[in-house]
Formats: sequence, structure tokens, C-alpha cells
Amino acid sequence: MRREVPLLICAIVGFTLIIVYFVPHPPFSDMRDLFSDWFSVIAAFAIYLGILNLLKNSVDKVFRKRSGWGFSIVIIAGFVLFVFIGLYEGSDFGEIGTRYYWLYDRIYFPLMATMFAILAFFIGSASYRAFRARNVEATVLLLAAFFVMLGRVPIGYYLTSWLPEGWRMGDVANAIMTYPQMAGQRAVMIGIALGIVSTSLRIILGIERTFLGGE
Amino acid sequence: MGFFERLLKIDRRIIFTFIAVAIALPLFFNVSMYVETTSEVVGIFSAVDSLSPGSKVLISFDYDPGSMPELQPMAESFLRHCFSRDLKVILMGLWPQGPLQANWALDVILNDPDIKVKNLKYGVDYVNLGYTAGNEVVIQRMGSDIHAAFPVDYYGTSLDEIPLMRGVRNFNNIDFVYNLSAGYPGTMEWVQFAADRFHARLGAGNTAVQAPLMYPYLGKKQLVGILGGMKGAAEYEVLAQRPARAVRYMFGQGISHAVVIFFVIIGNLAFFATRKKKES
Repeated sequence: MRREVPLLICAIVGFTLIIVYFVPHPPFSDMRDLFSDWFSVIAAFAIYLGILNLLKNSVDKVFRKRSGWGFSIVIIAGFVLFVFIGLYEGSDFGEIGTRYYWLYDRIYFPLMATMFAILAFFIGSASYRAFRARNVEATVLLLAAFFVMLGRVPIGYYLTSWLPEGWRMGDVANAIMTYPQMAGQRAVMIGIALGIVSTSLRIILGIERTFLGGE
Repeated sequence: MGFFERLLKIDRRIIFTFIAVAIALPLFFNVSMYVETTSEVVGIFSAVDSLSPGSKVLISFDYDPGSMPELQPMAESFLRHCFSRDLKVILMGLWPQGPLQANWALDVILNDPDIKVKNLKYGVDYVNLGYTAGNEVVIQRMGSDIHAAFPVDYYGTSLDEIPLMRGVRNFNNIDFVYNLSAGYPGTMEWVQFAADRFHARLGAGNTAVQAPLMYPYLGKKQLVGILGGMKGAAEYEVLAQRPARAVRYMFGQGISHAVVIFFVIIGNLAFFATRKKKES
């Protein structure tokens, strides 16, 4: 029963959501709304579950003094601080000027921005090492990167503004994005979509059961 | 080891230093650069411009502070455009940080002298619905009943008590949807559920990394337009005739792109020089 009930729920929900796409009328549309509400409730619980799991692991790490336990103290302290201040502020916690917003603005924002900003350095270093004209394919990639990187910033315009319209760096970048890039993306998306359809069908029909966990 | 061999094995910290200087130095100079506009950005601008006063615009903030440098200027210029055209704005987020980002943008725009004189009121001219867990399923639920997906707004007030939301039940009552996205859930989900299934008119603002993934939707008109990265934000500011942060940052972005290209060129020169030497 521990496996059959979840499989049955999965099959009913899956088939209903497929049917409602083609028949968006009661009772299927009502069932879709009901399942959507269930999903939101489950997703909300999943957030709490994730938080509790992170806290449990962090506390465990600190008590056992496992490698990196100092970072776990930061996680626990950050969690307690944000939750305490958020609860203290009440429903207006997200308003500009509250203590919670101050924490968000002065701690969370700089940390996240720093993490994202590091990308610029890695992209610079990786471009230097990866963009080498080793063969025809790599040369095509290199040229595309060259035109798009310059064409997407004003410098590209200034370098080629003397050329007739349609031949400037920006136009070449737009053409790369609109034709070969879009065609490539479409091919990838269609491939992914077919994979999703086949995997979803396997899950709905109960053939693929790894999501249930266990053996 | 020759010069070119050493160049090929250049310490990455040297590249990091050049990038850091290229990004940081231009921030101290207020250089205004010419920004070319593209049809993707004009598409969104024209769509908003064609809305009559009082039309309802939904903006979903699906990003966190990590993507702020690119997406926040988009949010601010779009909000300013909406308010200057007397549109009613509904804000929300599929990311928990989204509603806070919305408040951040609101704070900037509501203090803009041109907007401040309009004396806009919360609940009448704009509303923040907050965040609901459930990713794309939330969009699906909004297609049948927004009040079910968001029973209360960000501050806990029932949507039925908010004048702006009284006549808004689903996407049929919303004239334009604008999604600011840095990943999942984001533009792809808005296209698949709001645009495809419920025929919402949709535009999007994406990070530069994510924008190329959305071009197929643009080609099929599932998106009326897209703002890609800081360049997209700068274009929108230029179209709105209000150059702001994004236009100012284009100088720094241009210099940093030029530095990366410079390194790519010298890297290739060194690569060919060493290869020729090995062959000979």
C-alpha cells in the first residue's frame, strides 16, 4: 500500500492534468484547481521541510565538529536572526525601513551580489582559455562570441557606426541571436520536451518508480 | 619558456585584476554612451504604450538580489513607464525574495518627482500580492482564480477588500503581464501557462545569461518582447527618454567586454605562435 497509493494519486493527477488541457471544463477544470491548491500546500510544507533539514544537518555538524562546522554556525545564526526579526516585525516585515529590510539590504543583498559578481571574473578567465581557434567548430564559436559580445555593448556601435545599416556590429549580433542561436535553442528545447513527455508518461503509468524512493 | 608560452599560461589572477579594474573604474566616470534599440525591447515598450489609462498590468518579480544589477533597472524603468501612463499595477513574486524586490523598485519610483505628484495610493493604483509557493502551478491557478492563488496580499489584507483587485479574477482581466526572471520559475513557465494556456499578453525581462533561451518564444510571438540583461534595461530607459542606471552602467560593461575580447585575441595569437613553433 505504501507504494500503490502514491502511484494511484500520481496517475489520477497526471491524467487529469493532461485531459484538462484539451477539455478545460468541469469536472476536469475543478479537479485541476483542487490539485493546484494541493500542490501549493505541499510546496509550502516542502519549504519548511527543507529548512528543518538544513538546520538539523547544520546543528549535527556543529556538535560533531565535522569539517566546515564554523560555516554551519553562520547558517544557524543567520536563520535565527532573520526568523526572529521577521516575526518581531509582524506582517509589515518587508516594508522599507523595517529591521528585517535592513538585514535584507545590508547583509543578504551584498552577499548575493558578491556571489553573482564573481561570475564576471570566471567568465573572463574561462574565455581566455576556452575561446581558441583550434578547429572549424571552435572558430565559429569564437567568431559568434566576438560579434555578440561587442555587438551588445555601445563600443560595438562606435567601432562600426561608419558602416551602412544592417552591417554594423549590433546588426550582426542580432542576426546571430535571431537565426542560428534561435534555431539551436529550438532544437534543444524540442529534444528536452520529448524527454520530459516520455519520462512523465513513464511516471504517470507507474513504470518509472524511482521518485518513490526506497529500493 | 618563451614569451608566447608564458602568455598561454598566464596567471588567472592577472586576468581577474584587469577585469576588476575594467568594471570598477568606469563607475567613477559618468560617461553617456549611445544605446541602439532593438525590436525585442521596442515590442514591450509599444505594448505598454498602447494600453489605455486604467489598464491592469501584472508584474512578476522572479529573482533575488544576485540578479539585481541587471533586473532592478528593468523593473524600475518599466514601473515608471506604467505609472506615467496611469496604468494599474499588480506586483507579485514566484520567488520568495520577489515581493521585497518589488517594494524596492516601488520605493525608488514612488519617490520620483514626476510620479510623486500623481499621489498614487496602495490598493487603488498598485498592489503587492506577495509570494505563493508552488512555482508554475501558481500561474495555472491564477488562470482560473487569482484570489485563490493569492487569498491575501503581502500585508495580509484579503484581496476582496482591495479596490484594485475586486474586478480582477484571472488573466482575462489583466491587459499585460511582465515577468522579470533570473531562472526557475520564470519566463519559460509564464509562457507555457499564462501565454499559451490562458492567452495572456506577455513580455519579459531576463538576465543576459537567460535571455538567449527565450528567443524561440519571441519568434513564435508567445512573447511580445524581451529585455536581455543590462543592455535591454538601457534600451528601455532610452525609449522611455529617462536614461538612468542601466545607461550609465553600459560604459563599464562595454569596457569589460573589450577587456575580455582583448584577452581572447592575445590568447589566440599566443596559441598560433606556439603551434607554429612546435610544427617547425
